[in-house]
Amino acid sequence: MLTYIIRRILYAVPIILGVNILTAVLFFYINTPDDMARKILGEKNVTPAAIENWKRDHGYSLPSFINTEEKGTAKITQTVFFQKSVPLLWFDFGRSDRNNIDIGNEIKHRMWPSLAISVPMFMIGVIVDLFVAMMLAYYRGTYLDLWGLFLGVILMSISTLFYIIGGQYFLGKVLKLFPVSGYDTGIYSAKFIILPVIIGIISTVGSGVRFYRTVFLEEINKDYIRTARAKGLSEGKVLFKHALKNAMIPVLTNVVVSIPFLFYGSLIMETFFAIPGLGNFTIEAIQAQDFAIVRSMVYLGSILYIAGLILTDISYTLVDPRVRFE
Amino acid sequence: MSLFENEDFKKTGKRGIKKPEIKVLWVFICFLAILAGGCTPNNPYRPSESGSNTFYTTFVEPPKHLDPARSYSSDEYDIIAQIYEPPFQYHYLIRPYTLVPLTAEEVPLPVYLDKAGRRLPEDVMPERVYRAVYGIKIKKGIKYQLHPAFARNAEGGLMYANLTGAGVKDIKTPQDFPVKGTRELRSDDYIYEIMRLADPLVESPVLSILEKYILGLKEYADALRADLEEVRKDRRAKAGPSYNQTTDEKENPIALDYRRHPLPGVEKVNDYAYRIVLKTKYPQFIYWLAMPFFSPVPEEAIVFYKQGALADKNITLDRFPVGTGPYMMENFNPNMEISLARNKDFHHEAYPIAGDKGDKETGLLNDADRALPFIGRIVFKLEKEAIPRWNKFLQGYFDNSGITSDSFDQAVAISSAGKPGLTDAMREKGISLITSVRPSTYYSGFNMLDDAVGGYTPEKQKLRQAISIALDYEEFIEIFNNGRGVSAMSPVPPGIFGHIEGEEGINRYVYSWDGLRKKPVRRSIEYARKLMAEAGYPGGRDREGRPLVITFDNPWTGADSTPMINWYIKKFKLLGIQLENRTTDYNRFQEKMLKGNFQFFSWGWNADYPDPENFFFLLTGTNSKFKFQGENVANYSNPEFDRLFKIMENMENSNARLKVIKEMIGMAQKDSPWLWGYHPVAFALYHRWIGNVKSNAMANNTMKYIKLGALERENLREEWNRPNLWPVAIVLAILVLGSLPAIIAVRRKRREGARR
Repeated sequence: MLTYIIRRILYAVPIILGVNILTAVLFFYINTPDDMARKILGEKNVTPAAIENWKRDHGYSLPSFINTEEKGTAKITQTVFFQKSVPLLWFDFGRSDRNNIDIGNEIKHRMWPSLAISVPMFMIGVIVDLFVAMMLAYYRGTYLDLWGLFLGVILMSISTLFYIIGGQYFLGKVLKLFPVSGYDTGIYSAKFIILPVIIGIISTVGSGVRFYRTVFLEEINKDYIRTARAKGLSEGKVLFKHALKNAMIPVLTNVVVSIPFLFYGSLIMETFFAIPGLGNFTIEAIQAQDFAIVRSMVYLGSILYIAGLILTDISYTLVDPRVRFE
Repeated sequence: MSLFENEDFKKTGKRGIKKPEIKVLWVFICFLAILAGGCTPNNPYRPSESGSNTFYTTFVEPPKHLDPARSYSSDEYDIIAQIYEPPFQYHYLIRPYTLVPLTAEEVPLPVYLDKAGRRLPEDVMPERVYRAVYGIKIKKGIKYQLHPAFARNAEGGLMYANLTGAGVKDIKTPQDFPVKGTRELRSDDYIYEIMRLADPLVESPVLSILEKYILGLKEYADALRADLEEVRKDRRAKAGPSYNQTTDEKENPIALDYRRHPLPGVEKVNDYAYRIVLKTKYPQFIYWLAMPFFSPVPEEAIVFYKQGALADKNITLDRFPVGTGPYMMENFNPNMEISLARNKDFHHEAYPIAGDKGDKETGLLNDADRALPFIGRIVFKLEKEAIPRWNKFLQGYFDNSGITSDSFDQAVAISSAGKPGLTDAMREKGISLITSVRPSTYYSGFNMLDDAVGGYTPEKQKLRQAISIALDYEEFIEIFNNGRGVSAMSPVPPGIFGHIEGEEGINRYVYSWDGLRKKPVRRSIEYARKLMAEAGYPGGRDREGRPLVITFDNPWTGADSTPMINWYIKKFKLLGIQLENRTTDYNRFQEKMLKGNFQFFSWGWNADYPDPENFFFLLTGTNSKFKFQGENVANYSNPEFDRLFKIMENMENSNARLKVIKEMIGMAQKDSPWLWGYHPVAFALYHRWIGNVKSNAMANNTMKYIKLGALERENLREEWNRPNLWPVAIVLAILVLGSLPAIIAVRRKRREGARR
């Protein structure tokens, strides 16, 4: 297994490098350092000299990828790409171009509110999806199954934004059960988490239930389930012990790959509920043309994505002994 | 055998249905009991904040900079103006806007000197002035807020000047340091801040303006820039080809020595007095001294914040200001909440004893001469979205609110006379509405260098005048701004000297005066078409019959942008002109403006200070964007206008100045480089428990005058936010009852199967 993981990590190196080069190329193609300077320096009194000085002070006056004015290794090292992207390898994200804040510190602080919302939303969401899907599979063919599916289709057809605004209006404003929005630290964060978690679960339960129900129905028509029933096992045992375990591969594919992204948070949810998480960190940076944050978040995203895929592969071996790392 | 045909399942089934149901019921009953206790579960604040003398308001975007040398946005000023104290401030109540001392003893008159050092009269022509000197005396006994930057050790040295990463492991804000100190405000702190404006690492946005006026500031800034480059060169030479400027300066921040070079434009007289020397006569300079750029910054704070160990934790002057004002930074989380606490060391300042006409009657002088501030704490909550922000204001959790177009109809009712007022729902809650015309102008303009729409011939003037008539800004304000705006007749907004009301002030090229209704009436579209024909474009076509095509550059985004663009196209079409929209992102738009690659554009301007010079300079030839990278985007260049501007900018407000302004306005209206657009009107709502509110578009340090009734707020919040539980019970009942038949049906089927 270790060899496999090391091999996968080594495969990841060119991918991460490629992602970094692509990000830099795209960013500078759309957005030159002059544009960045103009945007960051503000709307009033931005002189060409101020733009030049800003680029010099923030390390953007160097050539992008090759510095022909330098000699030897400096041709590569004295470039924007090298100076800005190489420290990322040891997770030195540097400072924001816009307001000079330490990006690593900012990520460290903002990931917790994101996790406070996304982890319960994800965990309860998966449990609810699995439970309801199994219940529908259990009651298959009854009107509960029919109406459950119908409700699922309706739920998955409605925009998340509608759930958020509707939830804030109905549960926060009309019923006055939860704060409409906001966040607090420590135990005081609890009351701010409930409403977004409920809305997050409701907004995803339709698609989740339909997917898992299909998975379970496929499983319960297989021979080994018939055998289990023939042996006289209760339906509960058949479903929860045998069907669930064998349906884990598609479930894990769906679930494990999402885990690393939990800390990224949700853009819409965090914006509407004023959650100080990472959800809109990247979007804000793109809008503000803060390349330092964009490249850090893209780099982190690519690492998380690769980690998610490796974790998924590892988890397969845990639920299915037939899967081997070769 | 049936699926349900065994005893094991039957037992499991019974356990599975009954026990969880009881548990859910029990949790639900507990929840009901908590809610029935009279609490308000939607209250977003901690129980300890209940009844506190705290003002709750919102911010929409995290502030970029709180360093007074860098900050240049009204959102940021809302915060730092409560902390930093420049020498002067605007009187809270008196209009027109008047400067009064803040930390200074008095507002000084400039002393004008000729080359021989002889004093010149106040109304001297600028050409004769060699130096203008502003002598500022500051009050004694003013102290800084308590801050660790001032803490001293037994030897008298700064206690926290050599911090390490391990030493600040548990520190999250400057308030976490165990020892704090203070000291008296000195003139050195004001001088130090002016030097900081020239520091290339500070990146002050106003350096390029101020170096035109303050003696030696440009040379001083150049010298500091050279020092910086020298340090960088040394560091690079030592490190070799692997040198990484970004990483190095993050780990070892560069601190420039401000005392290595002279700055003749700023002189210390003594600990309580300093002088600023200008190279020329610039009467508007006094307004700059009321802006945060000229606030005092203690050198100790810079020494403290320059430490890499603190910068790595994002503890910087840009986030944690150190001032002498009525409030100090308590908590800075720009992604959630920024709170200011009352500065216990705040010097004495009293509520104004005099106000404008009507202020006494409206109770604005009830607190006259009482010590400021009245509020103990100010909390700014980040609320990006308008809907939750508005809902929380209605619930009483925010003390004030603006009005977005989404909530406009809920909040404002327009009377039959066209005057805005509150709706019944707002009045019932005791909410008050404060409206004020902003010292801003949103305009559209032509590129005066363009062959088709630019130029100064009578034909070109008529073309632009015709378009000015067709673009009905009264309609625009109604459709896109809910009526919150005043059509502009000139660049000068109401409230600023040079704005002329009534018949005399109208733009006669676009409006005529309705003597009966005493209001301007936009000239007809037929008249505009006649002007078009005279301009050589009858029906919008040139002599060869080709349609006149004009491109429209704007950086508009958002929901309103498409309807707004369509409105422009429709209005141009009335004259037979084809308007081609060229919306681009902000950078491309800026680039086009800089290169003069446009015909028609949209722009805006907020006043820095209440003087007409701050608006007319947008039309001077020497300030052309294309030629000189200035703020005259239209590239308007009229030598006579420029000549009058030179005279006007150096005059005190007087009838003579007004006469010159009228002449300039007349010229600009005839040339029509702009469609004068409109001046926005701000609508603000305040709850009934907030007092002493008067709109002041120039002052930002107004929180110290506001008072609030915390007890009344607490009672009303409880009354307005009692939870409604019955819909929850109904939904739960529907779910349970709806599921029961299915459960029963399956169990029956199971029993039947078992029997078979």
